[in-house]
Amino acid sequence: MSGARGSAGAGGASAASAVITPEKAKAYWGETSSHMMVVLAIWVFFSFFVHLFAPSLNAIHMLGFPLGYWFASQGSILVFIAAIWYYASKQNQIDEKFDVAED
Amino acid sequence: MKMDGGFLNNLGKVYTYYTGGFAAFVVLIAILEQLGMPSRWLGYLYMAATIGVYAFIGIISRTGEMSEYYVAGRKVPAFYNGMATAADWMSAASFIGMAGSFYLLGYNGLAFALGWTGGFVLVAVLMAPFLRKFGQYTVPDFLGARFGGNVARLIGVVVLITASFVYVVAQIVGVGIIASRFLGMAFEIAVFVGLVGILVCSMMGGMKAVTWTQVAQYIILIIAYLIPVTLLSAKFFGVPIPQLMYGFALERIEGFEKTLGVAQSYVAPFINARGQFDMTQAMNFFFLVFCLMLGTASLPHVLMRFFTTPSVREARTSVAWTLVFVGALYLTAPAYAAFARLEVYQNVIGQPIASLPVWVQSWGAIGLVGACDAANASTIFSLCRGVTGNADGILQVAEFRIHPDAIVLATPEIAGLPYVIAGLVAAGGLAAALSTADGLLLAQSNALSHDLYYRMINPNADTAKRLQISKILLVVVALLAAWVAGSMGADILFLVAWAFSIAAAGLFAPLVLGIWSKTATSAGAVAGMIVGFGVTFTYLIWTEFAGPSFKAFFGDAATLAPARGRQVATIWGINNISGGIFGVPLAFLVTYVVSQFTEKPSKEMQDFIESIRIPKGAVREVGTSRAVE
Repeated sequence: MSGARGSAGAGGASAASAVITPEKAKAYWGETSSHMMVVLAIWVFFSFFVHLFAPSLNAIHMLGFPLGYWFASQGSILVFIAAIWYYASKQNQIDEKFDVAED
Repeated sequence: MKMDGGFLNNLGKVYTYYTGGFAAFVVLIAILEQLGMPSRWLGYLYMAATIGVYAFIGIISRTGEMSEYYVAGRKVPAFYNGMATAADWMSAASFIGMAGSFYLLGYNGLAFALGWTGGFVLVAVLMAPFLRKFGQYTVPDFLGARFGGNVARLIGVVVLITASFVYVVAQIVGVGIIASRFLGMAFEIAVFVGLVGILVCSMMGGMKAVTWTQVAQYIILIIAYLIPVTLLSAKFFGVPIPQLMYGFALERIEGFEKTLGVAQSYVAPFINARGQFDMTQAMNFFFLVFCLMLGTASLPHVLMRFFTTPSVREARTSVAWTLVFVGALYLTAPAYAAFARLEVYQNVIGQPIASLPVWVQSWGAIGLVGACDAANASTIFSLCRGVTGNADGILQVAEFRIHPDAIVLATPEIAGLPYVIAGLVAAGGLAAALSTADGLLLAQSNALSHDLYYRMINPNADTAKRLQISKILLVVVALLAAWVAGSMGADILFLVAWAFSIAAAGLFAPLVLGIWSKTATSAGAVAGMIVGFGVTFTYLIWTEFAGPSFKAFFGDAATLAPARGRQVATIWGINNISGGIFGVPLAFLVTYVVSQFTEKPSKEMQDFIESIRIPKGAVREVGTSRAVE
C-alpha cells in the first residue's frame, strides 16, 4: 500500500529491537507500573473511599459548602485533574530517564 | 496541503479571531433585540450562523487522504485535542441534563459528576498513550492486532455499535428538543436540520473536519454555559464566580429546608424520602460511579481521539487538557442546580399563586414547570397531572414540579436576562449535541468501513474505494439514527446511560489486559468480551423490558418497581443503569481463567506488546501481511 503510515512505522522493524535491551525494558516497565499504581491509588481514594465518609464530612462547612457535598461536586474533580497532570509529567520523566522518549 | 500547514501553524490566532467573531455576533444579536427584532428570528440567526460556521469548517477540511480522514493526519496538538475531546465528550446530557439531575437528586446525582470526570484518569494511565503508540485507526484495530484477528475485532465492532448507536440517536433527539423549544420548529424538521448539521461537519473531512469543528463547538458551548450562571451568581451574591458562591446558596438551602420541613436534605448523601440512611442508595451511587468511569475509559468515540495527537507524549498531556476543559463545565454545573433550588425556596415556595415569578408561568406554559395548588392546576400545567394541591392560594413544597431540563434552560430568565442570552444557551446546547454526534457517527462508520469492510470483507480495496465506503456508511448510519430519533423521540433518552455499562463490560477488560498483561490469550479475551457484554446487555434488556419475567426467574433476590411507565426489575437492588457491575469483573475473570487453559501468546505477540509499551521505536505487529494503510 502507498500512503503515509504515522510516525510509528517510519523506523522499520530493525530499529525497534535496538531501542532498548530486555533488562532495561523490564526496569522501565517496572517503574512505569509502580507510577501507574500510585496514580490509581489516588483515583480509588478520591473516586470511592472519601465519599464513604460524606455523611460525617457534611458536618464540616467551608465557605458555606458542606465538605462531603463539596468533595463529590468539586474536590474530587480537581484532584483528578491534578492527578493526570502529575501522571503525564512524571511518566515523561521516566521515559527520559530510560531514554525511550520519542525523538 | 499548503493551507493545512498554514492553518496548523496559526491555530491560536485562528481560534482567537473565531472567539472574538462569535462575541461580536452575540453583541449584534443583543443590538437587534433592542431594536425590536422578534425572539424567534434571533433564534434562527443563532442557529443559522453557528451551523453555517461548522459547515464552513467541515467543507474547508475535506480530504481524500486516508490518515487525515481516520486520524486527522495525527497532527492535532495536545491542547486542541483536549478541547476537541471535551466537546466530543460533553453531550446534550452534560449540557442540559446534568444540572437537572443534581437539582432533582441532590447529593446522589453527583455520581454523574464523579463518574464522567474520574474516568479520564483511567484513560490517561491505562489507555491513551498505548493506543497512540499502537497508532492505527480504530479501537477494534487494536483488539484485532493483540488478540489475533477477526473474531476479537468483530466483537469489538458489535460492542462499539451497540454502545454508540443509541447514544447518537439521543444527541439527535437533543437537537430536536432544543430547536423545537427555542425556535418553535416542528420536532421532525428540527431532527432533519440536526442531521444536516452533523453530516456537513463530518462527511467530507472525516476526523480532520470533526476535530476542527469540535474545537469551534467547544468554544461556543463553554461560553454559553458559563455566562448565564455567572450573571445569576452576581445577581444573588454580588460576586460573579458561581463555582465558589454556590456554597452560600447551599448554606441558605439548608436553612430553608429546616423552616419548610423538607426531610430529604439536598446535600445529604444516600438518604431516602424520609431522610434516613439507605444502603441501597449508597450501593447504587458507588456502582454507578464505577460503571460511568470504566465506560468513559472504554467508549471508542473518546479513545479514538487520542489516535490523533502527534506523539505518545502529547497523548498523555492531551488527556490532562481534556479534563481541564471538561472540568470548566462540570465544576459549574452544581452551581446551576444550587441557584435554581435557592430561587425556588426563596421566591416560589410559600408565595401566593398570583405573585409567582414570571419564569414559572412561561416555562409552565411549555410543560417544564408546574405550580399545582389550584384544583384545576393540571389544565394549566401539564406537569401537575396526578398532583393534588390544597387550593389555599399558596404554593407549598409538595405542589411544585419542575422538569430537569428547565434548570439550565430557564436560568437566563431566572436571572432576568434578555433573549440574547437564552438564545446563546440554545446555541451552546446545540453545539454540545452536534459535536458528540459527530464523534459517535464517525466512530461507527469507521468501525464498519475500516474494520468490517476493509479488514474482514475486502482487504484489497484501494484508498479511494475505502473512503467512498466510509462516507456512504456515515450517511446511512446518520439517516438510520435520525429515523429512530424522529419516530421514538424523547422516550429513548434514558437508554444513553446504558452505553457506559455496555462499553465497560465489553471493552474495558480486553483493552486493559491487552496492554498490561502478556499472558492474556486471544481465546481468553474473546470469551471475556462475550461473557462481559452478554451478561450486562442481558441484564439491561431483561430487567427493563421484561421485568416481571426477570422477577419470576430470580424470585426473592429480585424486586419490581414502576419506572418509565414499565415494571422494571432489579436484582439485590442494583439499578440497571449500573449493569456494568456484573459484566466488568466477569470479563476479567473469564479472560484470566480461559487464558490459563489456552496456549500462551507467542514470542512475536510478546514483542508486539513490548513495543506498544515503549514510546520510542516502531510497533512490531505480528504478521507482515497486516501493514497499515
